This record gives sequence, structure tokens and C-alpha cells, in this order.
Amino acid sequence: MRRALWVLAVLLSHWRRHRMQFATLLIGLIAATALWSGVQAINQQARSAYDRAAATFGGVRTATLVAPDAATFSQGLFVKLRRAGWPVSPVLEGRVQINGRSMRLLGIEPVTLPPDVGNAPRLGAADLSNFVAAPGQTLVARETLGDLRESEGATPSISSGAKLPPLHVLPQLVPDVLVVDIGVAQRVLNKPDQVSRLLIGKAKSKPASLQSVVGDQLQLMEPTAETELERLTDSFHLNLTAFGLLSFFVGLFIVNSAVGLAFEQRLPMLRTLRACGVSARLVNSVLVIELVALALVAGLIGLVCGYVIAAALLPDVAASLRGLYGAQIPGQLSLRPEWWLAGIGISVAGALVAAATSLIKAIRMPVLATAQPRAWQQRQRRWLVLQSCAACAVFAAALLLLYEGQSLISGFGVLAALMLGAALILPAFLEILLLVGQRLARGPLALWFWADSRQQLSGLSLALMALLLALAVNVGVSTMVETFSRTFVGWLDGRLAADVYISAADNAQGAAIRNWLKDRPEVQAILSGGRAETRVQGQPVELLGLPDHPLYRERWPLLETAPRAWTQLVPGNAAFISEQLSRRLNVRVGDVIEVPAPGGTWELDIVGIYADYGNPKGQLAVNIAALIRQFPQTPQTRIGLIVPRDKIAGLIAALQKQFALDDRAVADQATVKAESIRIFNRTFAVTSALNAFTLGVAGIALLTSLLTLANSRLPQLAPLWAIGITRPRLAAIELTKTLAVALFTSLLAVPLGLLVAWCLIVIVNVKAFGWRLPFHVFPLQLVELVAVALIASLLAALLPVLRLARMQPANLVKVFANER
Amino acid sequence: MLSIRNLSKTFTSAGEPVHVLRGVDLDLAAGERVALTGESGSGKSTLLHLIAGLDAADAGSIRLGDTEITELADADRAELRRDRIGLVFQQFNLIPSLSIADNLAFQARIAGRHDVAWTRELVERLGLGGLLKRYPEQISGGQQQRVAIGRALATKPSLLLADEPTGNLDEATADDVLALTRDLVARTGCGFLMVTHSLHLAGTLDRHIVLHAGRIA
Repeated sequence: MRRALWVLAVLLSHWRRHRMQFATLLIGLIAATALWSGVQAINQQARSAYDRAAATFGGVRTATLVAPDAATFSQGLFVKLRRAGWPVSPVLEGRVQINGRSMRLLGIEPVTLPPDVGNAPRLGAADLSNFVAAPGQTLVARETLGDLRESEGATPSISSGAKLPPLHVLPQLVPDVLVVDIGVAQRVLNKPDQVSRLLIGKAKSKPASLQSVVGDQLQLMEPTAETELERLTDSFHLNLTAFGLLSFFVGLFIVNSAVGLAFEQRLPMLRTLRACGVSARLVNSVLVIELVALALVAGLIGLVCGYVIAAALLPDVAASLRGLYGAQIPGQLSLRPEWWLAGIGISVAGALVAAATSLIKAIRMPVLATAQPRAWQQRQRRWLVLQSCAACAVFAAALLLLYEGQSLISGFGVLAALMLGAALILPAFLEILLLVGQRLARGPLALWFWADSRQQLSGLSLALMALLLALAVNVGVSTMVETFSRTFVGWLDGRLAADVYISAADNAQGAAIRNWLKDRPEVQAILSGGRAETRVQGQPVELLGLPDHPLYRERWPLLETAPRAWTQLVPGNAAFISEQLSRRLNVRVGDVIEVPAPGGTWELDIVGIYADYGNPKGQLAVNIAALIRQFPQTPQTRIGLIVPRDKIAGLIAALQKQFALDDRAVADQATVKAESIRIFNRTFAVTSALNAFTLGVAGIALLTSLLTLANSRLPQLAPLWAIGITRPRLAAIELTKTLAVALFTSLLAVPLGLLVAWCLIVIVNVKAFGWRLPFHVFPLQLVELVAVALIASLLAALLPVLRLARMQPANLVKVFANER
Repeated sequence: MLSIRNLSKTFTSAGEPVHVLRGVDLDLAAGERVALTGESGSGKSTLLHLIAGLDAADAGSIRLGDTEITELADADRAELRRDRIGLVFQQFNLIPSLSIADNLAFQARIAGRHDVAWTRELVERLGLGGLLKRYPEQISGGQQQRVAIGRALATKPSLLLADEPTGNLDEATADDVLALTRDLVARTGCGFLMVTHSLHLAGTLDRHIVLHAGRIA
């Protein structure tokens, strides 16, 4: 043991004398662990929120009975089934508006609620009597209470004017859900004796068959492991994971570079240890122990950094998930022990993988091997051909996935293969460029410039690969976001047809506002709208009521239409379908869709497909009058107004005064648009942050590689200094060389990045969200990104170059004295 | 103490076999100091490496005391070097990240035989008193070689092997270093086998043998 400690002390003493190399190793491990763990923390937080949502009084993880062709069914069926021995419990679900905010209302029957409906929040005996007995309770999450701007005990009114029982906080509950007794729900939703579904608990004995009790009136829905939200958000989390993985690998590039050089520098030390009688097994064991110990320390620091990153990004991620998918994620980070263990594990595993080549070399090292501090770089050249062949194979795999793959995973697979192939082929590409430069060079110094750049290439290639990947991702994601941004703004102009938007507190207020507006001369048109919810082919679908007005005909963002589409909409037997729903249901213009409505099935001809960016739900747009006929419970609280621009402010002020409306209840088009764009920008804030992180890590990779190389560059530079080239000039040449290879790499990253953007827009977005954006290239943005990459390279190259420019001549003389 | 019989070693260079040692026989008694000379490529260093167990022989026997070195596994050869052999190289091979004091005591600590009094005596006899806190790159070549000799003798080995220990030193320094080595070898009573190109230095030891074309001439 003591012997091992001595060997460990000797190995560690190397780092004391090579602090920059030590810092490089730690930075690589910390960066790799931090970004990976940060992303995992966010994903874990989101998934636990989905689990909470899924488990709320029996979500999809519980077997249920539903009506095959209607949103609700008679409560009598529940009674029949209970009598037949079925352990079922009724749930009535609907949406209500409180203070202009839409909420999910769940009516439950707590006495029959099965104890095994997932990890649903339970009501204790004391709470049960409060919940059931008048006035009852409305259970909400603490976040919901804040969103409603209400305090515990308040009795808010919904849009129909009905009052809910007093609000009571149940901490385990998912946000944006109100839970009441089923009797209360039936009253406020105006669905007496109606039930949405029956939750099935564990039966003590085998009950009679479903068919024999209720016939075909109900069908069994088996529980599923994955929730709808999880399926929808898969792409978002996959995207985050991809960023985390990219940063992880870039970090490992740094570790690999540092460990590789350290091994070569320590080769004489290892040889001396062996000569002094330390067995190969002991040396190798201690090398592994040293690496694992460093990985543990760096892993812990990385985890702390990862936590900070996750905590900083979480509010934006939560906003993205809410905006894109309607998912509610708590904004405060809570982590499980598995996260810490996994983070440490990934740090150790990453360090061992990055150091594998060096460790294998150490294990196989003959005791008489001599040190070759630069041979490890030279040997890389032999790999160029092999690496290029591997790149071609990876590109072929990308093509195969592109044509054969149908899933989101295959879309990401195409992206990953493209990036890996490009990274693998980069050194060969640069080698050819530099060789051409060398062939065209005139004069000895220029010749040396190109030849030395080639010699330096193998040492820099890993860092340049990291730069290529980071920049390509930046170009790809920025192009996609910019495309989305411009399309979104154009789309918003079309969708926001009215000049003023009003959201009344309830139907009565809505009617009063409409009557009052009729007498206002500045109001040119009153456009009433409304929304209802149903399920089509098992998918949740929102029905949007549109008024028949020329403004909509002019501006509504239709992608495909049948002839006279708007005219066909008016009678109420036709609909437009949102792009994402048309893809999900595989419905085209000319098809017919059957919509379950309270009065029976509503058949709608599809006469148009429209863009509906950012909406997690599938949507059908129908005539508002027809919607109210089919869904009489539709809240009639949404009103749009056409008003001359100069009269808008006065009208809003008058409305607020007359009906005590706040800023959330009445807003002009500009305000709504600004708010939508703010939400959009926040949605992509996390992408921008991860972009910046990835580029930052690539910059560090380049810096560390250059610093590492700088130590072994003196034998190449000293002869030039000796023949009369000044140190500042040598430094300038070194800087130019670094910037030249960085520029070549950046230029290659641009087409690669555009290819990444194309994959994101044409493959990933379509599979993930259901909408396809037009592909645009933004040259100015590309120039900016290349400039940022060059500035990052300049900063990375500056420190070693300044050190060279200021180097004492004595250090250069030592090269000739063979004392290095 | 050291008995070598019919020792052979062949390397392959550019696909051709090179017979470096062709049946070497050699005996060295305890406390005996022997110089080994020969032209470049005659197999001197190879012979030393085989005795130290740094490389494996193709045929023949190397017996150190009652231990047959050619039959030892790699780990056992490492143990032998650690406990019973001291090695000195032309390139000093000090550990650059350790101070002179730590370099000096290094092998003895690894062997679990760190003798403070003996180390202090070595420091004194080798004239390293003022250098203990320095690092190898901060002292001269002659001083580095003295540290290497001290490190090799710190375990009080039964055999000291030196591969051109003065090859990187000027003549006066080489004389000084070798004189110190001779004294210390006499003090410890270990055997001493030194490879050298210098006939002058070879003449200062008890016996001088010449290796020619892989055989003792």
C-alpha cells in the first residue's frame, strides 16, 4: 500500500510541474460533466413533472373505461358496473375559464377512488369530509394559486358565472388543474349525471364481463407507460440531450489531448519507475487510480457547475415546454441522488474512455521504450486515411437513414451521422488545403509556414473537430431559429386580424360588452370567437370558432385550400385543419373528419390546412355560429374588434373603466403581438444559451490544445529564431497559422451547419411538432458566426503567442544546449 | 555472486536477425568492480539490460546469488531490481517533478528500505547537501549523475549496474563521479559492473573485460 502511495505521489508530482496541463485536464472533465449533468437535471425535472401529471387521479397510467364515440356518458353506467363488482370510480373532466385563464377541471368521487391509481395524491380521512361536505374544496397546486392571483379559501367564479368551492392547496397536484367533487364538476360544467371516464382499480374477485354489463357503450383503455406529453416532448428532450452529449464529447476531446501529452511526457518517469523496481501492474494500477481520483474531483465540481447551469436554464426551459407543448414544469430544481451518482459515473467513465489509448499504451509499454514527446502526434497522420474511410461510411449511413428512417430518432440519427462524418474527414480536408498551400508557396519562410502548419495539424485536429461541430450546430440552430422567427412573425400578422382583443370574465359580461360596443361609433366590426375541446381518433383536439369576416379571408394563414373554402365554412359542415393535426391524423383537403359533439357526431369536410405554429394541441377551425350550435357550452367570452388605429387607446380606456377589465382582459394587437414574440424568444433562449456554452467549450478545447502544443513547439521555433527571425515575428506567424486553420474549419462549418438546419427544418421539426417551415439562409448571420469563431480562435491563440513573444532568449538557447 | 552462462540475445532489424549476444559467460564476485568495454553495437548495454531484468534473454542463464533471473516473471524481475540491484544510466533518468531529496530516497522508499542515516551519509559523501531542495533541471549534469548513483545505492543493493554513467560528463567530472562510486561500492560491498567507452576509466576498476561481436573477448 505504501509503495502504491509513493508511486502515486511521483505520478502526481508531474502535475505540480505542469499546472496548465493539469488545469486543462480538469477543465475538460468539468466542462464535460457540467453540461451533460445540467441537461440531465433539466430532463429529470421535466420527466418527474410529466409523471406527476400522468398520475393525477389516474392519468394514462391507469386502466380506464371511456365511451367509444362521445366525450361523456351517463353516470348510470358507473352504478351498473359497481353493482356488477367492477372497482370503478367516475371522473368528469372539462375546461373552465377563471379570470380569463383556461384551467383543467377534474371532478372525482373520493370514496370509490381506487387506492392504486398511480401515485395520485390521497385525501386523508379529515380532508375527505372537508372535500365532500358543503361547501367542499377545490384542490389546486401552489403554483396554480399564484397563477390565479387568488389566496387559499377564495371561491373564484368561472366564465359561466358559477362559483367554485374554496381553494385548498394540495402540494403533490400538477399545476393548472382544479380538482373538485364530481357533483360540483357536473354542476359547474353543466353536465348533470355525466361522466368522462371510469378509473379501474384492482378487483378482489373476477367481475362479470364488461360486455355483459354495459354492452358496447364503454370500451377499455389499457394503461400506457408513456404519456402523451412524454411523446410530444421527446424531441425537445432529445434536442437538449444532443447538446449535452456534444458538449460532453467536446470536453472529452480536451481530456484526451491532455492525457495523451501527459502520458508521453511521463514516459521517462514511467521507465525510471520500472527501472527502480516498480512492477508494471503497480504502475498501471496507480495510473488508473490517479485518473479515477481526478475524475471524481472534477466530476464533483462539474456536478455543482451542472446544477448552476440547470438552475439558470430551467425557467426558460419551463417556458419553452409550456409554450410548445402546454407542459407545466415547476421552476425550482429538485434533484434525486441518482443524478449525483450518474454525474460522477459519467465523469469517471468519460475520463477512462478519453484516456483509454494512453492507458493501453502504458500497459503494453516495454520497459526500455524511449520517450517520444511528439511521436504521438505524428502517428495520428497514419490514421488520416482510415479516418477518411470511416467518414465516408458514416456519410453513407446518414443517407440510408435519410431515405429509410421514419422516426424522430432517425432524424437525429441523420444529424449525428452528418456531424460525426464531417468531424472525421476534417483533418484530411485541412491536410489537403495545407498541402496545396505548401505547393504554391514561394520563399523559404512561406514554405515553412505551410509545412509547419501541416506538422502542427495532428496536435490540433481534435480541438478543430470540436470547433467544427460547435460552429456547425450554431449555424444550424441559428438558421432554424431565425427561419422560425421570421415565419412566426409573418404568421402572427395573419393570425392577429383584429385590432383589439377582449377576454370577458364570463358569458354575462361577454354579452354586456358586446351590447355596449354596438353603440360605439369607432367600432367597425365585432368579431366573436370561442373554443371548445374534444377528442378525435383518440387525439385531444381544440375547436376554434372563427367569425365570417373579409379580414379573415384576406389574412388567415392558409397553406392549402379547396375552392371557395371560406364560403364552405359558413354553413357549419366544413372546417380548416391545423398543419400538425393534419399530419397526425393523416388528413388532407377533401377528406371528411368525424368530431364527437354533445349532440352526436359532427361530420366536417376539410377545406383548408393552416399553419398553427407553437400550438401543442391539434386544432380545427370552424364557423363560430356552427361551433356554438354543436357545443352550446362554449364560453362566449372572446371578442375581437376592428377599430381605426387612432381610436384604439381611447376605446381600451373606456372598456377598462366601464367593465373593470385589467390589462390581461383587454389588449391591443401590438401588445398581444409583442407578448407572443416575447414568449417565442424566451422559448429559444435556452437554445441560444446552449449554443453559446458549446461554442465556449470548443474555444477552451482550442486554447488548451494550443497551450499544450506551445510547450513542445520550441524545438521547431528556436532554429528560426537563431537564424534571425525575431520573437514577435515568430509569434505573429504562429498566430496567423492558428487563425488560418480556424478559418478553414469555420468555412467548412458553414455548409455543414446549413445542412444541419435543413435536417432540423425538414426532418426533425416535422416529426417533432408537425409543422414544416420554409428554408431560408441568412448570409449576414453566417458572417457573424464565422467572425465569432475567429474571435474565439484569436483569444485562444493569444495567450501562447504572447508567451512566445515575451520568451527569454535563454529558454530558446536551451533547445540547442539539449537541456530540455 | 553473479554468474552468467552461455547468454544469447537476438533482435530483428529491418526484417533481418541481429545476433547481439552469442553465448556470453561472465562471473563477478561480491565486492568486485568490473569494467565492460567494446565497440558500439557489441552488446554491452544489452548485456546490462538482461542482467537487470529489463529485457528477457533468448537462451542461457543469469544467476544473481541463488536467483535465476532468466526464469523470473516480469513482476519478479521488478522486485529483484527494486531490492537487490542498483541501476545508473548515461541519461541520469531522474524524475523531473521530484526534488533532489525525493529522487535520492525514491527507490529506497519504494523498496520499503529507507535508511535515514545511510541516506544522510550518501548526501554527505556525494556532496549533495546544498542541492536537496532543488529539482533536476536546476543542477548540472555531474550533480545529476551523483544523485542517480545515490538513488541506486540507497537500497544497499548487492549489485550496481552502470551503463556509461560518465558518458555525458567532462573528463574531470567523470573522474570525480567514478571515484565517488568506487568509494561507495567499497563501503557497501556490492558488486559493480560498469559499461564504458573510456579505457582510462576502465583501468581504474579491479578487472576490465571486453565484449566483441557478442562474446567476451
